[in-house]
Amino acid sequence: MNRNKNAFVNGIRDGIPIALGYFSVAFSLGIVAKKARLDPFQGFLSSLLNHASAGEYAEFTVIMANAPYLEMAFVILVTNIRYMLMSCALSQKFHPETSYVHRLFVGFGITDEIFGISIGRSGALNPYYNYGAMAIALPSWSAGTAIGIVAGNILPASAVSALSVALYGMFIAIIIPASKANLAVGGVVSASFLVSFVVSKISLFDRMSDSMKISLLTVIIAAIAAYLFPAKDEDEDHISAESRKDDEGCISSESQKKNKDHIFSESQKEVTGHDA
Amino acid sequence: MTHNIYLYIFVAAAVSCLIRVLPLTLIRGKIRNPFIRSFLYYVPYVTLAVMTFPAIVAAPQVPLAGILALIAGVTAAWKDMNMMGIAALCCVVVFVCEAILL
Repeated sequence: MNRNKNAFVNGIRDGIPIALGYFSVAFSLGIVAKKARLDPFQGFLSSLLNHASAGEYAEFTVIMANAPYLEMAFVILVTNIRYMLMSCALSQKFHPETSYVHRLFVGFGITDEIFGISIGRSGALNPYYNYGAMAIALPSWSAGTAIGIVAGNILPASAVSALSVALYGMFIAIIIPASKANLAVGGVVSASFLVSFVVSKISLFDRMSDSMKISLLTVIIAAIAAYLFPAKDEDEDHISAESRKDDEGCISSESQKKNKDHIFSESQKEVTGHDA
Repeated sequence: MTHNIYLYIFVAAAVSCLIRVLPLTLIRGKIRNPFIRSFLYYVPYVTLAVMTFPAIVAAPQVPLAGILALIAGVTAAWKDMNMMGIAALCCVVVFVCEAILL
């Protein structure tokens, strides 16, 4: 019980920067929703149930066009297809005995960012960690959409611009430490940066939606990487024991200790540097 | 014919929910096939990397601010800064950079 509670608290903690980033992005989504003549409650509902920026943008375009429901289904399928890949990847993070109910709710809560922080966890994934992140991030996303519909963009451009990189900062916080720890991951991340950049410059791909590009590049690059560098089986017992400790122990003291060690080794380095 | 907005929202929600939930509920237990295991191992890192770059450069008003945020973020992550710190650092870099340039 206690472990679940701590996982939930950790989820809320990691969900705070996500919620802040969402809130500002959702404002601009709300402006689009208003053009599609959604009222604030409908915008709130749409964001609570769908929680996908590109997906919802596409959703509002379909509503604006007064297109058939079948087209809505197809558009959402295409723009959100990357979540299927994320869901496949998360299925391997779960303990095999995890119940259907947990799988259902964690699956429902997958967004780019929540997926990102779940992957960043070591060992088997505790569903309560995701619930914690969802509990703060999803209402923020929904409220941001509704307020965007009511108030238009009330944040100054400089604040929106600064907050727009928060989510990317979180992605960096996940992929860089993993690259540092594993050379193959580092190579794959570098290759992904490069290929993604090249594709963004080729006009042939301009008509493809961003979400489609992400899915396509992910499948191709991950498949090549799997072929070239088969991943070794992790020492799972060891890792899950570590994550249990993280959820059980007092988190702040744990990270404080880590920080202290870090500062200590840094100052040691400085001292030796001066001596030399 | 005009369509009902609630029905639109419902259709969109149902499809996105199915996409998200089906793999998680259907794939129970560890996949044994080494290729698929490796593939799924790399998927998150590739997805996150592809989503980050070059989008982080295009997101702010000034591309240079995005480039500097990327460099600052990668450096901080390499030095083991925590997630919230890195997110905040990237925001500050963009804010300061644009305050100077705009």
